[in-house]
Amino acid sequence: MVAKYKREYGSGINALTYLGQNYLEVDRSLIPEILQLLRDDEKFDYCVDLTAVHYPNREKQFDVVWVLYSFPRNERIRVKTQIADGESLPSSVPLWATCNWLEREVYDMFGIKFDGHPDLKRILLPEGWKGFPLRKDYGILQQDNEWVQINLGIESGQ
Amino acid sequence: MTDPKTLSPLDLETPDKTFLDANELVINMGPQHPATHGVLRVILRLDGEKVLGLECVIGYLHRGVEKIAENRTYTMFNPYVDRMDYVAAVSNGLGYCEAVEKLLSVEAPPRAQYIRVILTELNRIASHQLWLGTHALDIGAITPLFYTFRDREEILKIFEKYCGARLTTHAFRIGGLQYEAYDGFEKDVKGFCSFVKPKIDEYEELLTTNRIWLERTRGVGVISGKDCIALGVTGPVLRASGVRWDIRKAQPYASYKNFEFDVPTGENGDTYDRYIVRMAEMRQSLRIIEQAVEGIPEGPIMAKVPKVMKPPVGEVYHSIEAPKGELGYFIVSDGSTQPYRVRVRPPSFVNLQALDLMCRNQLVADVIAVIGTLDIVLGEVDR
Repeated sequence: MVAKYKREYGSGINALTYLGQNYLEVDRSLIPEILQLLRDDEKFDYCVDLTAVHYPNREKQFDVVWVLYSFPRNERIRVKTQIADGESLPSSVPLWATCNWLEREVYDMFGIKFDGHPDLKRILLPEGWKGFPLRKDYGILQQDNEWVQINLGIESGQ
Repeated sequence: MTDPKTLSPLDLETPDKTFLDANELVINMGPQHPATHGVLRVILRLDGEKVLGLECVIGYLHRGVEKIAENRTYTMFNPYVDRMDYVAAVSNGLGYCEAVEKLLSVEAPPRAQYIRVILTELNRIASHQLWLGTHALDIGAITPLFYTFRDREEILKIFEKYCGARLTTHAFRIGGLQYEAYDGFEKDVKGFCSFVKPKIDEYEELLTTNRIWLERTRGVGVISGKDCIALGVTGPVLRASGVRWDIRKAQPYASYKNFEFDVPTGENGDTYDRYIVRMAEMRQSLRIIEQAVEGIPEGPIMAKVPKVMKPPVGEVYHSIEAPKGELGYFIVSDGSTQPYRVRVRPPSFVNLQALDLMCRNQLVADVIAVIGTLDIVLGEVDR
């Protein structure tokens, strides 16, 4: 399967295996097409998970990972792409409805925006919270003191 | 509290009404509510008693477990994992330990795997029993609660004798088990199996052909198999909609391939089918436990893992069939003793997305039934 895509997309897509788990590293520009192909042609009809990892020392700081599963093939595959801080990704909600809340959570925790998402707002943290906690440069002893003072009426949560 | 006027419009197609239509009512089923199984806030848009749409607001129990994981070593993070799905804590531990074992490329010895399976299946029965008691209670049947909690005590006693804790058990370690099965473990488990079989029949007798139960659960919260797959819903909800899929069969882990068991499915995808599927799952779990207890192999219970764990750089995704659905762990290692990123894919979080679709055009009372039947645990939804 992967050989076919490599022929089409050349260097934009790279297929690797680690510990028996297959994953594709895809250029950000090819992402919408590849995800569509995976869903339609290769029958990966179930998006298991969508998450991100932050590497602050790299130029393209975020790794966005889709974990997909195909019922007919009983196979799992990961699709990874690297994006820089401030870049946004097209939303996968038209492809898999489950990405609705998963993308909201990635936005909430990392600040990665998804274009075309029907309702991109914070899901786990309260509205008006400043900062994106799962980034590596979010100080763990820091808490959004402004939010705490306004909403809870106390000096600090700590 | 959010000002209702700034509520964003609900996605999925809605009837063509403006916000200020006189027939429409926005009601808040607030975080403090006896039937929402935790701190879940649901904003309902109603036309009389009919639900036009709803929106879930979650995050009241968010504890930042994924952020904590980045500052703990792999073994130190193990107890945190139980606190997510606190009802069925043993499965969380199984998923995490297996994921880290994959990263380290070690495999737990067969004896450890059998005991793990026994404890996990006992945990599944306990979780389903709690589900049945609380779900029936929400709908109005008060008696099953007492019966199921009384029988659940037997399982918790076994857990307590084994690892000292009833609720957040921390039963497994990376590489196997810490505690050997205590003297009398097999006798206790076998005794439990024969004790609980007639009890499950008792629960069924109370509810399965009960006219009120049938009225309240037939045709309520219907979701089709196709919608389930699109929305990523897994677990008994998916199986009740007709898709016969169980990770224990599809991608077996921890010696499940040595046991024979069926995967029950339903047809209509309504609340009644989900009830039937979970009852059947309890019986299948008993089957697995009986087979496992007969053949626990001798041997060590802990594989050779280094005291200071430094998995090689890489990432792994491993998922198990928790009682609520597919529980997955995506762990990224950077070669140090602390994981770089731990992502928990919680089944309840993804299942809760389906609540909107399942409650359209139903009555308010059915919303309660559907929340109960989805079997969500807010600790897992929010982490």
